[in-house]
Order: sequence, then structure tokens, then C-alpha cells
Amino acid sequence: MEQTRYELNKNLAQMLKGGVIMDVTTPEQAKIAEEAGACAVMALERIPADIRAAGGVSRMSDPKMIRGIQEAVSIPVMAKVRIGHFAEAQILQAIDIDYIDESEVLSPADDVYHIDKTKFDVPFVCGAKDLGEALRRIAEGASMIRTKGEPGTGDIVQAVRHMRKMNSEIRCLAGLAEDELFEAAKQMQVPLELVRYIHENAKLPVVNFAAGGVATPADAALMMQLGAEGVFVGSGIFKSGDPARRAAEIVKAVTNFSDAKILAALSEDLGEAMVGINEQEIEILMAERGK
Amino acid sequence: MKIGILALQGAFIEHKTMLERLGCGSFEIRKKEDVKAMDGLILPGGESTVMTKLLHELALYEPLSCMIRNGLPVFGTCAGLILLAKDVIGGKTCFGCMNITARRNAYGRQLGSFRTKGYMAGIGTIPMVFIRGPYIEHAGDRAEVLARVEGHIVAARQDNMLVVSFHPELMPDERLHSFFLDMAAKHRAEKTARAI
Repeated sequence: MEQTRYELNKNLAQMLKGGVIMDVTTPEQAKIAEEAGACAVMALERIPADIRAAGGVSRMSDPKMIRGIQEAVSIPVMAKVRIGHFAEAQILQAIDIDYIDESEVLSPADDVYHIDKTKFDVPFVCGAKDLGEALRRIAEGASMIRTKGEPGTGDIVQAVRHMRKMNSEIRCLAGLAEDELFEAAKQMQVPLELVRYIHENAKLPVVNFAAGGVATPADAALMMQLGAEGVFVGSGIFKSGDPARRAAEIVKAVTNFSDAKILAALSEDLGEAMVGINEQEIEILMAERGK
Repeated sequence: MKIGILALQGAFIEHKTMLERLGCGSFEIRKKEDVKAMDGLILPGGESTVMTKLLHELALYEPLSCMIRNGLPVFGTCAGLILLAKDVIGGKTCFGCMNITARRNAYGRQLGSFRTKGYMAGIGTIPMVFIRGPYIEHAGDRAEVLARVEGHIVAARQDNMLVVSFHPELMPDERLHSFFLDMAAKHRAEKTARAI
């Protein structure tokens, strides 16, 4: 992938900032999401809560279903591939997808290697629990990062943990002396040039979103105040009582994330949130997939 | 001088950083209480569907529309161009105060995004980055065409309204923002003269 293409791909992530990317499984849901103010949709066969419930191997969605969603909406359409499954990624690139999520929510296809994303023209977003994971994914060619959270649980605790950890590690690197950066790069198992970038800029070189467990406007506001530049909402919307309404209010919460009065107003009468599972009750920790 | 930047969604911080580099103050507009006296307004890139919806739901549409119609200098980039266009192919009209027809996602999906250099009247040759960008299918009577790329109109001006379908805020070149700040300064001077 040439440098210009990578810059263009980082640029698209910049355009998504301050927005909400919603998981959808049908063209109808995609339309609801677009009308509710989603800045992009993630097309997938089953939302994470159902993947978790059903178990079994979870794969890239049917390209025909993704095409249906591309035709239904005018906003960017993303889709997931299994970690390391570069053939699934080639297929998504062939159908002109706007962004690929190399995602731990699906069953990993490779337990050692992630996709060499520098070989693709299409942009990739990857999950990260900490700064080391984020920088490794960026070194592999990811042009956008998100927290891993714990998809399908409706429990925000892991997304919070990942975001706090990443930010704390960024502050730590920014404060190091120049000659301490070599050791930091070694410890974190990441390229020195990326460590230097963090040291100088005190932020990731790509856009960073929150993902996993966002179920309410307050959850979205929490993640934005913790430094997320936007939010992915998966099961939180279409597993709730009134998806269109909840989606619209989460969008407004991301825009006015620090105005508690507005947040109070839009948290009213939202109906039932997704039930959720606590992290202690989960059998598979998806965030542990792919480091 | 103070420039308001619509900060509902998208790449608004990039505009803010650009204005800072040019030594101009700015403030973000996220809700109706943020609307105050300003010398210019920037409508940034992002998703026009999201911004249009939030402009209405957060009660920003009326006050901003009124200010634009009363001559406030406004600079729309990408989605901002769509917000100002009178007609939108593949989308909904928002402010609709500029005599242009915009075609949304005119270059296709992300794989159609590109960078180039092009000549812009009044400025010169500048870098242009298009991200799922629109172009102007038709510019009406009072809209002056400022730039074309491969035959398509990508920049235009109509009185107080300046629009480009690319993203100057993503490039180091500051000339386009300077051009807009000149428009804002002129407007401010005229307003002050009228007041005296």
C-alpha cells in the first residue's frame, strides 16, 4: 500500500470522529441506524450478543448481505473479518467496502499472525487493550484503532479499562527521556519510530474509538470524556427496547458528551436497555483474542 | 476575529488547529447556547446526514440559517458544501442557500478517495484531498466556479458562501483558510463601517 493511500485511510477515520458507528445485520436496521444519525454502519450477520449466545465459529458475513446494506444507506459501510484471515479481507476489498474491522468478535483464523494490512488499499480498524497492541496493529497497517471492550455484554468495564490503560501508557511514554525510548520499544514489542511519535505527540497517530459494552447515552459520554474520539455501538442498540430512539440519543450524547443537562434529558424514557452480562459471568473473553 | 466551527460530528478539530496556526480565535458550536456573535462560520467535513439531523434536533438550524442568509461569511468543506447546497443528489437539502447542485459521494466509496493538485481561482495551485467527496454537478447564476478537477466543479463561491468538496484542513497548505479569513475580515470591516 502506498503512503498516500494510508493517509487517505487515516483521513476517512478523521471524518468519522465525534460520531457513532452502529452494528447492523439487515438493510432495514442499516436504514434505522442512518436515520438515527450513525456516521457509519458495521455490517455483520449476527450482533455480538447473539454470537456469544449461539457459540460456534463466527465468520465474515455473506457479501450479498453486505451489498444489500451498501445499497440501503449512503454513509460508510464497514464489515468484520476474522483475525489473520486475509482472504476474507481480500473479498471485502473486492466488494468495495469502506472499512474492514479485523475483529476479535469473530473466531480468530490465525492464532499467531494478524493480517498484513499494508498489502491492502482498503482501510482497517483493529481493537487494542493497551498501547502495545495498538502500536503493533498500526505497524501492521491499521489506520484506525478501537478499544476491545467485551463485545455483546452491555458491560462497559472493559472498554473503560482499555481506554484508561492506553491513555496512561501514552502519558508515560510522553514523559520519558529520549534515551529511555529504546528500552520502552523493546518492552512493549513495538517499532521504535511509533514510540518516538507517541513521545513527541502524546497521542496515537490514528483515530481511536471506544468499542464494546456501550449500551446507554451515559456509557457513550463516559467513553468520550475518557478520550475516545467516537463510539462503536454493537448489541446495545438492536438488543434494546426502542432501537431507533436509543440510537438517536446515543448520537446526541457523543456530540454533547460533557453537558450533563443535555445528557439527563436524552437519557429519559429510553425504554429497556439490553440486559447485559457481567464480565465474571462470561465464558469466552473475546478481548483476549489477538494480542 | 472569532470564527465559529460547527462541531456536531466530523473533522472540526482540524479546522480549529488550522485557524490557531493562522493566529485566529475560534469556538465550537455543539448546542444552541454556543451560538453567539461571530465573524465567520466553518461547516466541516464529516457525514452530512448526521450534521443535518443534529442541526435540527439541537435547535441550531434556525439561528445558523438566519445568520448565513444575513451575510455571515461561511466556509463549507466536503459535508459542509452539501449542507449549503440548494439541491443535493443522493441526499437531503439542509440550509439550501447556495445556488449549486451537489452530488454526494460523487467519487464512490473509500477506494475512490484520492489526492491531487489543482488550480483554484484567486489562490493558485493547491493540494486537494477528497475523502468520499462530493462535487458540484451544476453551479447556478450567482455561484462563481473557483476550481475544477477532471471537468467537475470542486470549489465555488456565492457572495458570503465559500465551498470546496475537498479537505484543506487535512493539508499543511494554509492559503484557503487565509482566503476565508480575508472574507471574514472584510465582512467585519463593512459591519463596523455601517455601525458608524
